[in-house]
Amino acid sequence: MESVDPLTLLPELILALAAVGALLFGSWTPRRRQGRVRLCVTAALLAALAATLVAAATGTGSDSGGHTVDTATHAVRVVVLVGVLATVLLAADTFAAHPRESEFHVLLLLAALGTMALAGASDLLVLAAAYLLASIPLYALVGFAKDSPGTEAALKFYLLGALSGILLLTGATLLLGAGGTTGYAGLADALPGAPRALVAAGVIAVLAGLLFKAGGVPVHFWVPDVAEGAPAPVAAFVTTVPKIGALAALYRWGDQVLAGAAPDWALPAALLAAASMTLGNLGAFLQTDARRLLGYSTVSQVGYLLMAVAAVGGRADLVQPGLLFYLGAYTAANLGAFAVVCALRARTLEDHAGLFRDHPWLALSLVVCLLGLVGTPPTAVFVGKLALFTAALEADLGWLMVLAAVNTVASLFYYLRWILPLFRASGEPPEERERSEPPGRWSTGVAVTAAAASLGMGIAAGPVLGLL
Amino acid sequence: MLSVVVFLPLAVGLVLLVLPRPRDGTVAWTWVAAAALDLALVIGLWVYHPSASGSRGTVTGPLAYEERVLWIPSVGASYHVGVDGFSLPLMAMTAVLFLACAVYSLRRRGGRVRAHAVLFLFLQTVSLGLFSALDLLLFFVFFDLSIVGMYFVIAGWGHGNPARSALQFFLYTFLGSLALLLGFIGLYVASDPRTFDMVELAGQTPLEGRGPAGGLVLLAIGVGLAVKTPTVPFHTWLPPAHTDAPAVGSVILAGVLLKMGTYGFVRIAMPILPGAWSDHAMVLVVVGVASVLYGALVALAQTDFKRMVAYTSVNHMGYIILGLGAAGLATGAQSGAAALAITGGITQMVSHGLLTGALFLLAGVLHDRADTYDMGSYGGLAARAPRFAALAAVAFFGSLGLPGLSGFIAEFQIFAGSLGPVPVATALALLGILVTAALFLRALRRLFLGGPGPCTDRVGDLSARESAAIAPLLALAVLIGLLPHFLLGRVEPAARALAALVTG
Repeated sequence: MESVDPLTLLPELILALAAVGALLFGSWTPRRRQGRVRLCVTAALLAALAATLVAAATGTGSDSGGHTVDTATHAVRVVVLVGVLATVLLAADTFAAHPRESEFHVLLLLAALGTMALAGASDLLVLAAAYLLASIPLYALVGFAKDSPGTEAALKFYLLGALSGILLLTGATLLLGAGGTTGYAGLADALPGAPRALVAAGVIAVLAGLLFKAGGVPVHFWVPDVAEGAPAPVAAFVTTVPKIGALAALYRWGDQVLAGAAPDWALPAALLAAASMTLGNLGAFLQTDARRLLGYSTVSQVGYLLMAVAAVGGRADLVQPGLLFYLGAYTAANLGAFAVVCALRARTLEDHAGLFRDHPWLALSLVVCLLGLVGTPPTAVFVGKLALFTAALEADLGWLMVLAAVNTVASLFYYLRWILPLFRASGEPPEERERSEPPGRWSTGVAVTAAAASLGMGIAAGPVLGLL
Repeated sequence: MLSVVVFLPLAVGLVLLVLPRPRDGTVAWTWVAAAALDLALVIGLWVYHPSASGSRGTVTGPLAYEERVLWIPSVGASYHVGVDGFSLPLMAMTAVLFLACAVYSLRRRGGRVRAHAVLFLFLQTVSLGLFSALDLLLFFVFFDLSIVGMYFVIAGWGHGNPARSALQFFLYTFLGSLALLLGFIGLYVASDPRTFDMVELAGQTPLEGRGPAGGLVLLAIGVGLAVKTPTVPFHTWLPPAHTDAPAVGSVILAGVLLKMGTYGFVRIAMPILPGAWSDHAMVLVVVGVASVLYGALVALAQTDFKRMVAYTSVNHMGYIILGLGAAGLATGAQSGAAALAITGGITQMVSHGLLTGALFLLAGVLHDRADTYDMGSYGGLAARAPRFAALAAVAFFGSLGLPGLSGFIAEFQIFAGSLGPVPVATALALLGILVTAALFLRALRRLFLGGPGPCTDRVGDLSARESAAIAPLLALAVLIGLLPHFLLGRVEPAARALAALVTG
């Protein structure tokens, strides 16, 4: 392995240092003044973002054999950092003056670091380390409120995560035995000649680990529970940001190793995509809890995103930009929808009745974000879906494209179940509504910004896709 | 210039949205002013349209006011708009109908006036954008946004059971729009170089002679557009949506949004898939005749006035599909007949927009006064509301195709053009005219003649505002009926070019 220029890892280094710094700084700060830590974390995130943008603009890249810095890594870094920034702002309403506020930020930064490393990993061992770094802080975060739904969600999340982690390591071991190396480049050369059963078992085990992180079928059971049980900003983070790294890692794994080594790779990947989008939708249909609905909807979104992984054999110049664009678009729309939930502290869909009259901007943001998740033009997800649909058709997966379209229509049903009450008069008498708390200021800002970003990215899709 | 026409309403809507607490009157008059200004601009486009010079810019006829900006270069999509003989009449009709809605809504009660006005201004931009789009993706964007906008109109301002009807409308038409998207992606993948541009695709005709692929793509696009049109058997969303929509919502839904389906056939399916269109035109003819007869017969059985008008829309859209299908079956020697049928189809779109718009506004007047659409509750209205009765009679006779009104010009051309290629189907469709005549005469008798019904004494005559909204629509229908040349002169060159393509 060649030596790595530490400058190419500057954003990751900033995050790691910020995590350690926040922990120390938080320990020496009085419990009631932990807002300072938030400011420092925000500054560190902005610095990391600036470093990423500079690196992306100057075209800096590296490939050490274990970790690759390329366009995909840059894009994932930007999306993850923006996602974490949004989460920090969301949490400003919920966790302000919380006695353990700095611990929250430390865990968040570490999970983000793991996610970014996941996207760049090009060696199974680096992948496994990144997987653990991206998972373990999240177990703690999910149970952060120490209440019973949170504890239940954390336990379920942890058990499934531990199982998937073991599977990932087992897969890495099997593939090391089959190919004699854990590096992607070496595996791509060695696997075609290795025993098929061994390779298949290893590939499936690695896949299981990554699918858990992405929240795809068949290891998606934690998603709705975490979305419902964790504190709202944590739920927003866990159902959005780690997926970005996991899907980028899945794509890299499929593109660099399996597309050449396993000729029948497209079919299982397509089946996984189909199962994710369909089962996620079926699960979401009759939910009455807004967060649980969003949890299931993210499972179906992972299904659409997995179309990119299935289509690696198609036209590469469309698949990867499409996937990265979709990831960004999905992050904006999903975080926006969660931000509205955070702002209102509402739980059921019915709690949102009359929102348009009371808080029109929040209601409009929610409509834009939910229709954005459906993929209505001109929001950004539409462009992402378009790119992936086209990629699937070009990879001779026409049936998957049709199924994705049918699922999109089906998903409209449950998003509309949420949108419709917004415009109805709420059942409560006006006095009671006035007594309820006003929506969180920071969360409202994040919701409006996310909705604007979702629209803006869609309209400016040309320039953005040109960068990817 | 064209972009200004398209986006002016949206810009005004955004200004209204950021104004701090404007008065209802200010909002309503701003909306009227914006719609009137936009209509004036469209008339300007019409007057200075260079189609008379006859320069053949593209295979689908001359285009004017073209604007093209790359939007998503990596998939070959651009913001490409332009106007030809097909889109100009529809844009003009759209602007007229939105102005009528703005005038009709001047005295809205019950709050949310601003949201209502902004939503309609948004819908106007979407509709004008769709009729001027020359890029498949741009077309799809506007197509989908029209569904979103209309969903909120029905859900927010409807009566009866609006939530359910709106949901059914959204799900049904969204399914259609995704079928359309799949078809567009199919065209894109087949094109070389890859593009979503309609003009380039019409030049390439990428799926000509490629066996079943062309048929499949035409099937996807056809289903998508047929849901929107709607034709039998995809029409079931239409009656509940219309019954529960507010009057102005129905006007836009029937007058403008339904035309997006038929316009899509003329603008996309026929020029880009001419071979597949000719091969499968018989299916369209059958669907067209079925819509004509089924729509007319079901309308005959209605006692609800608005539902009856909704079903006559299915019938009237059927004539258009029949004409377009017949054009596909015409042989090279019959290209004149094909052009006639296509011209008739476009004229029918405009005529139906004007007449049905007027009919739905009249239905809204009835509902405002007495809260019911049931025709049995009225009777003898001619004595109590003479202006209402006179305007309704003009609309009824126009809708059933009486000579001297726009419906006759349209349907005559369709029948004259279709008779050569598909004589039997045309003869069957003629029966539709007979049934429509019967049902409109019966409605006329039930509403206006005879003894008074239980709700008759609640109906006063039209106010000046209502007359100002409805009368111009009917005046235009009479104008097209008496002096059709100003319209046909714009449509015919484009229709001849398209007929040459599909009969070639």
